[in-house]
Amino acid sequence: MTDASLMPAAGATALAPRKPNRTWTKLKKNRSAMVGGVVVALFVLIALLAPLLPIPSPSATDWGKIRLAPSTEHWMGTDEIGRDILSRMIWGARASLMAGVISVMIAVMIGVPLGVLAGYFGGWTDQIIARATDALLAMPFLILAIALAAFLGPSLTNAMIAIGLSAVPIFIRLTRGQVLSVKTEDYVEGARAIGLGHLRIMSHYILPNVFPPILVQATLTIATAIIAEASLSFLGLGQQPPLPSWGSMLATARNFLSQAPWMALWPGAAIFMVVMGFNLLGDGLRDALDPKET
Amino acid sequence: MLRYITNRVLVAIPTLLLVSIFVFMLQKLLPGDPILVLAGENRDPETIAMLRELYRMNDPLIMQYLYWLGDVLRGNLGISLRTGLPVTELILQKLPVTLQLAVMSMIFAIVIGVPAGVMSAVKKGTFWDYLANFIALSGLSVPNFWLGIMLILLVSVNLGWLPASGYESPWVDPVRSFQTMLMPSIVLGTALAATLMRHTRSSMLGVLQADYVRTARAKGLREKTVIRYHAFRNALLPIITLSAVMFGELLAGAVLTEQIFTIPGFGKMIVDAVFNRDYAVVQGVVLVTATGFIVINLLADILYVLLNPRMRANL
Repeated sequence: MTDASLMPAAGATALAPRKPNRTWTKLKKNRSAMVGGVVVALFVLIALLAPLLPIPSPSATDWGKIRLAPSTEHWMGTDEIGRDILSRMIWGARASLMAGVISVMIAVMIGVPLGVLAGYFGGWTDQIIARATDALLAMPFLILAIALAAFLGPSLTNAMIAIGLSAVPIFIRLTRGQVLSVKTEDYVEGARAIGLGHLRIMSHYILPNVFPPILVQATLTIATAIIAEASLSFLGLGQQPPLPSWGSMLATARNFLSQAPWMALWPGAAIFMVVMGFNLLGDGLRDALDPKET
Repeated sequence: MLRYITNRVLVAIPTLLLVSIFVFMLQKLLPGDPILVLAGENRDPETIAMLRELYRMNDPLIMQYLYWLGDVLRGNLGISLRTGLPVTELILQKLPVTLQLAVMSMIFAIVIGVPAGVMSAVKKGTFWDYLANFIALSGLSVPNFWLGIMLILLVSVNLGWLPASGYESPWVDPVRSFQTMLMPSIVLGTALAATLMRHTRSSMLGVLQADYVRTARAKGLREKTVIRYHAFRNALLPIITLSAVMFGELLAGAVLTEQIFTIPGFGKMIVDAVFNRDYAVVQGVVLVTATGFIVINLLADILYVLLNPRMRANL
């Protein structure tokens, strides 16, 4: 069968009404997932537009305006050296979202291929990868991330690498389990019967079919990664001052709780909202991609 | 049963060995030469050579690992660079503090999470179900260090009800110890309470649809009796094992909580060690946490089989 034979007849798309994507239809009906999606989209938009917004530089200090309460001039107040908190919050969103997305990309890019290999080939390959995964899973996520960040050195890049590596076993285990159930399907047997190579079967027949749960896990892991980045920055192992990050802003705010409580309020509220957004979206995606859910 | 336990222990051994390899390799990730750090500013070549010999750095990597593993198996996790004390001794000093925090957090999580999960399942689709789910999701989304800071601001700074930081041993002053640990336990237990709530709800929903629950209702038993004796008891099984597994997570979660409330425990020790570049302590803490995690998982698996007659029958 050639690729051309799989193509719809000319004009078919114009005549037949386009079938709406079932997942998207289900997701749209899920109100909390939509709220989550909107929250995430807003934060992403703000982070992307940060350089264009009419806000002061996040590093601009003003010693005459230290620890000012929220006002019309400084909507979220100022910090201990007179920097505008709103500006730092907006630029901090970049660090948090970037850390969340990039660390999950690292975890997916390493974890998914290893999970596919383990599930597809089985035997010794599976045994070695499964035992290594068990060992990595035995090391609690944050402890492992702290240890890796400590050994790699404190910086946002290293924090992302540390968080990404710590999340790898989650994706190996998930992908392996999915591959085990998919590899016995008729279409995989069929692909094998027509003599396709392992690489083609894995990339064209298995990977697309194990993708939905990976997407759900990735969305939920972004939420965990954002908290992990904030935690590492809070401990001084992530984004380094004076560059803004929600975690490091909270660490500083801890020293001025009675004098300037607003310094602690905004970064925490932002982490809470964006993490909640990703959790709602992830839960909604899980329901929408679940064939058992109607 | 004995065969099952033996099998589970045997499976745990290679995992433990791999953990030890990972932890050993962590030190090798360290940029630069640790011997130069140990040698101090003078970096006398003779001292460097002596230290290399002492720490067996001239041996092949595999031999270095085997020597290190031998020491670990004898309970020797190395010497803290900063304090000069054995890492094992430091860990044994700090571990009880973190265990107290973990146990109190676990109690808080169970007391809040399990009843909320049961209520949410029994009242599925009602306002209470949505409320419990919303609170649970909030509990999972709130960064615990921020929750800690907000609680300090409200309870300690504004109301002055509880101390904002510090620690007292329960053997010295139980009341003061409870006061200092109450807020940290709530902070650490919140996410766990949320997880327990969600799992209890899902487990209860599954059990409430089971035939034996329908039979109990058909017999005319009161709804309370059906829920308490027929549904809840069976729904509890996965919750018990989950709680055991989550206990390991609490040890890790304690890192930030101890930092915020200045509790001199296991978690604070690893953070201090990171900043003091005390890598033997970092290695020791990771190794002990991971080993504890594996052992707790093992016990949870065994407990599950012990508590589940159907599983026992299939062995």
